[in-house]
Amino acid sequence: MNAVAVDGVWKFYGDYPALRDIRLEAAAGTCLALIGRNGAGKTTLLRILAGFSRPGRGQVRICGTAPRGTVTRRRIGFIGHGISVYEELSAIENLMLFARLYGLREPRKAATEWLERTGLDRVAGGLVREFSRGMRQRLAVARAFIHDPSVLLLDEPFTALDDRAIAVLQRLLREALAEGKTIVMSTHQLREALELSTHVALLNRGQVAFSGPRTPEMVADPGFLYARYGEG
Amino acid sequence: MDFFRQVMVIAAKDLRAELRTKEAINGSLAFSLVILLLFSFAFDPTGDTTREISGGLLWIVFAFAGTLILNRSFARELPNDCLDALIAAPISGAALFLGKAIANYLLLLAMELVSLPIFGIFYNVRWTQRFPELLLVLLLGTWALTVLGTMTSALTVNIRLREVMLPVLVYPMMVPPMMAAMILTTDLLNGNPLGPGNMLWVRVLVGFDVVFTILGVTLIDTVLVG
Repeated sequence: MNAVAVDGVWKFYGDYPALRDIRLEAAAGTCLALIGRNGAGKTTLLRILAGFSRPGRGQVRICGTAPRGTVTRRRIGFIGHGISVYEELSAIENLMLFARLYGLREPRKAATEWLERTGLDRVAGGLVREFSRGMRQRLAVARAFIHDPSVLLLDEPFTALDDRAIAVLQRLLREALAEGKTIVMSTHQLREALELSTHVALLNRGQVAFSGPRTPEMVADPGFLYARYGEG
Repeated sequence: MDFFRQVMVIAAKDLRAELRTKEAINGSLAFSLVILLLFSFAFDPTGDTTREISGGLLWIVFAFAGTLILNRSFARELPNDCLDALIAAPISGAALFLGKAIANYLLLLAMELVSLPIFGIFYNVRWTQRFPELLLVLLLGTWALTVLGTMTSALTVNIRLREVMLPVLVYPMMVPPMMAAMILTTDLLNGNPLGPGNMLWVRVLVGFDVVFTILGVTLIDTVLVG
């Protein structure tokens, strides 16, 4: 069974089809990089995978179940465009909040552990509104990982990250892959994404223009796929 | 058990965030005091007419000032896309809705309980004479405003004119419970007890609370995810 399965998904905004008959699969322990120009449908697809929006047609399965199921939601970790943490709460309060919402038995312990893993333990009690952008991003990563998800959905995770946050995220993603977790990420940072990914899907105007294993030539020339299958 | 724990986690988060910033509660309190003050210039506080319309006056103030709190309920989740994280969490929409409603309810009640004595002073109304019954009406009427406002806050969270749309949508739907709360409050402020003569309005309040709580709990997933 694939960890992520997208079968004939269409999504319409009014009459405009943002996604057209998308068919993709990602097995456990693989990393699928979704690439494509702005407006290609990457974010729309990730939001459908995360259960934030429903497809117009077709179906999505995460570990064999619908994304909106409670059990499925426990399996998904999501990082979107926003950091999804509260400015008025401290770092540890934010993480404890999500640990409680995900039903972890020891929220404080989990929060403390993730603050250490992301290098934020010294500012655990600091309010997020006083954090630098890089610190906020690392907290967002901790928030997405705290419940030990088996499927990670990441929407442009490397955008606007500082070097330290990129290093933290890459390390965590490599660990996640080694543990057999599945990653689906959309990105414009082709080099970082292609180094990490095992598979690549190129979206073009809501359609899958290419889908397959990542090859060494893609890493050597990140523009290769665009030149061959994209709009040039 | 999990459900109630989730409700409380959401309510505690909203209350903690609000008490840190005091954005909604301060705005709401200030607004309520300003309306009370302005209305006190418009009416003669010693007149019988004032006492006859006291319940209506009070609930108009609560409804106007209350929308400032209710507007913030889901709008609070917009910065940093926090709503996405809540929708992604394995909690039911009902728990999210009730958690937010409870936080709003407590904030609204706090605003009302501060405004009430000031109302009594400005309008020379003896609001303490039937306080337990008045409190019951406050609790029922405020829950009606809360469930409707929380639902509408979710409905309007992604539109630009939400500050305008929330009152435009809430006030017309609030007519039945507002009417009930106004009539009951006027009776109680004038020293008349709850009894067979006005029990119908208590039933209207209870019925509205039950129906709109069920609607909110049932429809919130559709409102948030589609």
